Amino acid sequence: MKKIPLNDWHVSHGAKMVEFGGFLMPVSYSGVLAEHQAVRERCGLFDISHMGEFYFEGEAAQAFLQSVTTNDLRTLHDGEAQYSLLLNETGGVVDDIIVYRINATRFMLCVNAANIQKDFAWLRARLPQGLSMEDRSDEMGMIALQGPASERVLAAMDFDLESLQRFQFSFPRLAENPVMLSRTGYTGEEGCEIFLPNESLPAVWEALLRAGAPHGIVPIGLGARDTLRLEMAYPLYGHELNDEINPFEAGLAWVVKMEKGDFVGRPALQKIQAAGVARRRVGLAMLDPGIPREGLRVILQDRPVGVVCSGTFSPTLKVGIATALIDRTANPDSGEILIDIRGKLKKAKIVQLPFIKRL
Amino acid sequence: MNFPEDLKYTSEHEWVRIDGDVATVGITDYAQEQLGDVVFVELPEEGEELEKGDTFGVVESTKSVSDLYVPLSGVVTESNDPLLDSPEIVNEDAYGEGWMIRIKIKSKDELKDLLDSAAYQKLIEEGA
Repeated sequence: MKKIPLNDWHVSHGAKMVEFGGFLMPVSYSGVLAEHQAVRERCGLFDISHMGEFYFEGEAAQAFLQSVTTNDLRTLHDGEAQYSLLLNETGGVVDDIIVYRINATRFMLCVNAANIQKDFAWLRARLPQGLSMEDRSDEMGMIALQGPASERVLAAMDFDLESLQRFQFSFPRLAENPVMLSRTGYTGEEGCEIFLPNESLPAVWEALLRAGAPHGIVPIGLGARDTLRLEMAYPLYGHELNDEINPFEAGLAWVVKMEKGDFVGRPALQKIQAAGVARRRVGLAMLDPGIPREGLRVILQDRPVGVVCSGTFSPTLKVGIATALIDRTANPDSGEILIDIRGKLKKAKIVQLPFIKRL
Repeated sequence: MNFPEDLKYTSEHEWVRIDGDVATVGITDYAQEQLGDVVFVELPEEGEELEKGDTFGVVESTKSVSDLYVPLSGVVTESNDPLLDSPEIVNEDAYGEGWMIRIKIKSKDELKDLLDSAAYQKLIEEGA
């Protein structure tokens, strides 16, 4: 198991550490509920240095990435990022990623920690001659600053978040360290994600905590990161997405631009479209007491119709919420459906996603 | 961490307060700390008969689900219903308002299987 560069800082600040995606990661410091609330109401700082970064350099960069991702890179300008997917030949999701266009011949991909090796091998197998690809995950860290006070925290570090639109990025200095800063995040709150060399991590991390202190900033672990993203129904690879779930089932049709031309997985998606999608991702909110958890069966009229992808207690709504993949035909008029929670059938309601309205 | 001397404990991290033939049961300070924020508690109905070692309920935190084990056989005389709406009480006052059930004890013989405060602390220190 790998340790992230600030491992000792987290441990000495009371973090409980758990394995995630092959890394030892902080899961919580003061408690998931308090951390969740801090991000929704003030701001929080996430060390997400487990995430992977691949760099592409060469004339063929855009054409290559266009041919292996589902979104359309032709709409992307320098300094803009795009949520996208890598698919396998059967239309299943290899990974969900963000593509950063630094310039016409230089791109960065941010990939999930657990998928770094799989993605690298998958991309390398398709890489054309003359295009260079470099996995810099081990030498790069990543910090997310999220919450309504983010803009004020960055202003105290002489960075104007309003200089960027959502999904734009630039290369400012923070505490004199050059970083790449993008106006993105995984919580539904205002904020940014910062890519930087490992050597700069301690200084920038501490400087952000100092700048954020007047705004009540706290470090946030993966526990609250999960409840925050699930309230927004953002997919988490390995839960809402995997090699056997296609983007139409996962509710990610908006990331798939079939009209852009060929890309890996497109022929399979065409067949799936022609045959009709078998399953759909839905949001469930509990009507009965109880918390739905990953892997639990969803039941309609005495028949199992699907399975919970992610489930948790929503700190904002104060109720159990879940995403589930269910049969396309399971569509009760009442919207009510049952979840088998440890042998007891508990009532839940199919609800609109996201569970809460934010960005 | 706090382990009152006047309570008995189980290796499943429950505490038991004996009062005549009634046992009050909850989870220990150590257990609530390990669980983190408790967000859901499921308890048995009054009158339910419980066998030692069976599960009598569930406690869920933001990231985990744990069964609650019956420390002593008997009949449930009371469940702490306020926990159903305010499960955070378990974190705030594990040995007081955070109690879970009261049991009318069937056999006092089973009391000998419970741990005292020192034995329970030793168990935790050994990393159980």
